[in-house]
Amino acid sequence: MNQIDSLAVKPPPELAPAAPQTPGRLLLKRFLRNRIGSGALLLLSILIVVALCAPLIAPQDPYDLAQVSILEAERPPYSMSEDGQMRYLLGTDGAGRDMFSAILYGLRISLGIGVLSALAALVVGTSVGLVAAHMGGRVDAFLMRVVDVQLSIPTILVALVLLAVLGQGLDKTLLALVLVQWAVFARNVRGAALVERGKDYIEAAIGQGLPPRRIMFRHVLPNCMAPLIVTATNQMAGAISLEATISFLGIGLPQTEPSLGLLISNGFDYILSNQYWISMFPGLALVLLVISISVVGDQLRVVLNPKLDG
Amino acid sequence: MALLEVSDLVTEFHTEAGVARALDQVSFTLERGKVLGIVGESGSGKSVTAFSLINLLDHPGRVASGSIMFQGEDLRQASARRWSQLRGDRIAMVFQDPMMSLNPVTRVGDQLAETVQIHKKVGRAEREQLVIKALTRVGIPAPRERMRAYPHQLSGGMRQRIAIANALINNPDLIIADEPTTALDVTIQAQILYEMKELARDSGTALIWITHDISVVKDLADDLCVMYAGRVIERGPVDQVIAHPQHPYTRGLIDSLPHAENHGKRLYSIPGGTPPLLALPDGCTFRPRCTRATDICTQLPPVVSVEGREHRCFHPLVQS
Repeated sequence: MNQIDSLAVKPPPELAPAAPQTPGRLLLKRFLRNRIGSGALLLLSILIVVALCAPLIAPQDPYDLAQVSILEAERPPYSMSEDGQMRYLLGTDGAGRDMFSAILYGLRISLGIGVLSALAALVVGTSVGLVAAHMGGRVDAFLMRVVDVQLSIPTILVALVLLAVLGQGLDKTLLALVLVQWAVFARNVRGAALVERGKDYIEAAIGQGLPPRRIMFRHVLPNCMAPLIVTATNQMAGAISLEATISFLGIGLPQTEPSLGLLISNGFDYILSNQYWISMFPGLALVLLVISISVVGDQLRVVLNPKLDG
Repeated sequence: MALLEVSDLVTEFHTEAGVARALDQVSFTLERGKVLGIVGESGSGKSVTAFSLINLLDHPGRVASGSIMFQGEDLRQASARRWSQLRGDRIAMVFQDPMMSLNPVTRVGDQLAETVQIHKKVGRAEREQLVIKALTRVGIPAPRERMRAYPHQLSGGMRQRIAIANALINNPDLIIADEPTTALDVTIQAQILYEMKELARDSGTALIWITHDISVVKDLADDLCVMYAGRVIERGPVDQVIAHPQHPYTRGLIDSLPHAENHGKRLYSIPGGTPPLLALPDGCTFRPRCTRATDICTQLPPVVSVEGREHRCFHPLVQS
């Protein structure tokens, strides 16, 4: 429509531009270059898939009373069931539940709680951090003091007190975990947001007439993804560990929805009687889960850090 | 009525070390569709002028006094909401560093579309058309593919073109360009200068081009404003100012440009350096470096306006 040939100097003939490499794709490529990180990612993926498919993979639903028999209790790993129908890969516990199945379901709950609480804490903490960075001044100072107070109290203490007051249950455990985690997100996001706000493209965005809220959520926040993702993975690992701890102490989840921590706790009574498998295998699963998340998170931190310079 | 009338603008930075007057009684006018070049050394106040006009001064800077009238509207009284309406739509700005002024995680087409979306209510298809039209106007080949690129995939010249497209996509009345080609190499600079001139002429958009390089505005600008230490020390039609400068500083600037005829000879530079804003000399701030200075120059030279040209000097260069 516009007839103006606006070039004084004709540009050299361009090759068709290649499909743009999104920042996500580039990130994955860099991540996979490291073998340990890739290994951890693989392990984590397996654990996630297994946890999600627990009802499909598990040989037995350990919480269906019809399938469980007390006569099968405390069988060692790789033993056969009484009627020859099932091999207990990792043995059975004190009530006759198949450990392997129990661990699969436990993984599911542990992972679920870790992810959910971390995500909820992310939403809360990020909002607080963005508000603090955006408003600055006294609001910022006040919010950061609240964060400081929250962070100076040991997380286990907070969780214990909270659950002692509120009582047991899945929802209350989730609440306690979110309460304990949001502060880290708030602080990290606020820091990153402040850095981004000083940059030229934000000034240019103001120069385009974009309203402040839009700038905060659609320009600053996407550029804070790096510390956000790293914090999220670290917090997930922490949440899983914390939940395992409080469940182990008996205040977290009820027996009907045992996480790995609760399984470890249940098996604790049997350790001295040489029936190590009831505690050890859930413990191993927990360790594998936390380690894989931590290593992936660490690798992400490395990969996201020397930022792809614009 | 002129498009933009700036009168006696004073911008100050209140620092712990004192008050720095970055702009002191700066005045100029700009007519619709014309190009004004603002030239000066680093620290002369040219960028502060740009930021003062569009109200993007960082704390502790603030416009202390003076008036900025844009199409009859007093911009100093404009609310934050009004500024949101004006910026990007009626007044747009192009920044110096194209590497930093684009959002690194958003596709360039989306950034351009956002500028439209904020100010106009148009559907997505029409928005896309506007984006493609803007990209074509600034000379970006294959705009449909290019608009899906991220900033880091484009060269510096392309990025600055995107920034310029972003500025003119809503057909503003005024574009303020703060040293837009300083960060680019000379050949790209030549292309972009040519294109900007065409664009300004064809669209009737007024342009303020800020630079430290006089040779850049020579072909582009209609009028020239020379700044020194926060004051406008000379102003007038560009050809006349360059051919017959009235202020000794302007003369010095022009003489410092290397010429092919002077090949092998020592380059001329104005002796001394710009005074720090917190310790400006009394009266004419150029006095310590001026060969023509006398006692009277310890007083502030008033603006002398003759036949469409202005200068602030007690001993202007007189043309033969």
